[in-house]
Amino acid sequence: MNHWIVAPIVLPAILAPFIIMVLRYHLDLQRIFSVAGVVGLLGIALTITAQASGDVIQVYELGNWPAPFGIVLVLDRMSAMMVLLTALLALPIVLYAIASGWDDRGKHFHSLFQFQLMGVCGAFLTGDAFNLFVFFEVLLIASYGLMTHGGGAIRLKAGVQYVAYNLLGSTLFLFALGTIYAVTGTLNMADLAVRVAEIPPEDTALLRVGAVLLLLVFCIKAAVLPLHFWLPSSYANAPLPVAALFAIMTKVGAYSILRVYTLVFGPELPVSEGLAGEWLVPAALLTLAVGTIGILGSQHIARMVAFCAIASMGTLLIAISLFNEAATAAALYYVFHSTLATALLFLVADLVMQRQTGAIRPVAPMPQGGLIAALFFVGAIAMAGMPPLSGFIGKLLVLDATRDASNTHAVWAVILIGSFVTIVGLARAGSLIFWKSHDAQHNTEADPENQEEIPHPPAPEPMPGLTFSAVFGLVIGLVLLTLFAGPALQYASNTAEQLFTPENYISAVLGGEQ
Amino acid sequence: MEALVASAVGVMTAAGIFLILRRRTFPVILGLSLITYAVNVFLFATGRLALNAPAVLNKYKDVPYTDPLPQALVLTAIVISFGMTAVIVMIALSAYLSSKDDHIDMTAQDVVDAPGDDA
Repeated sequence: MNHWIVAPIVLPAILAPFIIMVLRYHLDLQRIFSVAGVVGLLGIALTITAQASGDVIQVYELGNWPAPFGIVLVLDRMSAMMVLLTALLALPIVLYAIASGWDDRGKHFHSLFQFQLMGVCGAFLTGDAFNLFVFFEVLLIASYGLMTHGGGAIRLKAGVQYVAYNLLGSTLFLFALGTIYAVTGTLNMADLAVRVAEIPPEDTALLRVGAVLLLLVFCIKAAVLPLHFWLPSSYANAPLPVAALFAIMTKVGAYSILRVYTLVFGPELPVSEGLAGEWLVPAALLTLAVGTIGILGSQHIARMVAFCAIASMGTLLIAISLFNEAATAAALYYVFHSTLATALLFLVADLVMQRQTGAIRPVAPMPQGGLIAALFFVGAIAMAGMPPLSGFIGKLLVLDATRDASNTHAVWAVILIGSFVTIVGLARAGSLIFWKSHDAQHNTEADPENQEEIPHPPAPEPMPGLTFSAVFGLVIGLVLLTLFAGPALQYASNTAEQLFTPENYISAVLGGEQ
Repeated sequence: MEALVASAVGVMTAAGIFLILRRRTFPVILGLSLITYAVNVFLFATGRLALNAPAVLNKYKDVPYTDPLPQALVLTAIVISFGMTAVIVMIALSAYLSSKDDHIDMTAQDVVDAPGDDA
């Protein structure tokens, strides 16, 4: 067996308790180990991505138990890609959290961060439905700690809402898994795929219930309307570097939808015919619409970026919910882009909130306002999907993939109008925060009391150089994704092709020792 | 037996949902606990109900047995939901102690002070 497959889970799983038990009083050492861990994770992710880029699907049997009886980890192109994305996202965020001093505002930031990475990587790699639940819980428990990191009455209050909502989601997950197990007698995804296909259509009532419950759970995670209510206030009130990391958590929901509803409840099966597609497309369109309206209507930069996350999930799910190869390839390209772009905007929002209240209205100009405004501009271009950045290519691919769909008019109208409203909303926020502030300064210049503080206050971060480098890291990621759009899209289409031939996955898992 | 278990799951879920819709954190947490109890009982039933049967196969004689897998799942689910309840109690307590208010929703004052809650 290839032990690289389990490494993305084992590395953070060892590092996190080590940090909390051995290094708990040494912030500097925690930082060094945490960054080293993320760099190591990136190396592992690159290795397994290289290994998965052939067409072989590799299986790791935990405890060497053969497949339907033991838990398996499965490495295919999609899981490798998502692990790579997690590692790529984690590196700038951990650097940013260190440089901005966020990790010093509460305890155990780095160990929770590593636990979060463990849960996310595990969810991407596992080939067992109950194990998916367990990794969801691992990443959620870590996220509860990260979300309330630093404390404060309002953050804790938002944390209670977040935990309660996700606890309910977890319970729903268990109900769904129980129902599916009661019908099929297995929870291994490949084995489930075989058994679900064998069940005659007239006996599938209970299984349909299970499939819909499971879809609801993943939609809660992916913040699909009408299950998105938890997202804006929890992301906006979380420490914003953490919210940037949470950009990958909504993608865990999207990944699970793509995985389960191509492998287990495939689009052509009688059990699940029209299940995901017919309900998911309107929900995704509404998600995009509500997200963009939220961007336009937000009074606070953090909430605005949270709504950006919802809108980009809408675009992503439109592509996913078509369940064909071209649209899935577009979705896989877009998932990379939207994760990096959302994280970039969250970090820029944090840069603003370190200097101001973050309210979208003109106040006094901030230190390094020009640089931050430029970064916001780049993030806004990426998020709205304007050329020259990868958002444009991503949206173009999504539009192109939906050209032959039955509801092309609705999809194109929502995506294009949504992009326009996003541009307006982001432009409004940017000009109010960065440009109108200079007018506000001129208006207050007559007031001698304000004058002395305004001119050149220093950057509030302990290490401003590293802070900006981390944010630029995400920008470079977006630029690279644009420059190498061809190879990236090639990888995405190969991945989509692999997803839509689930026979290979099933035979790899159930076919015995690899 | 089936009717008893089914109605127990149903009543606990219904009561849990009713409590979750309350506005203060304490009933909400109680409701979440009730729902996790309901799901634990439900998971037991997914392996079919078998009374007084061991959870192991006997290869020497043909005796009834109960499906062991749901019991393992329930064990995991109990541990996780217990831990989660502890976490939410702690977060709710510190939220209550820092804001002197155990309403689960954001108040108008919170919205003024922070990114807020108009979703």
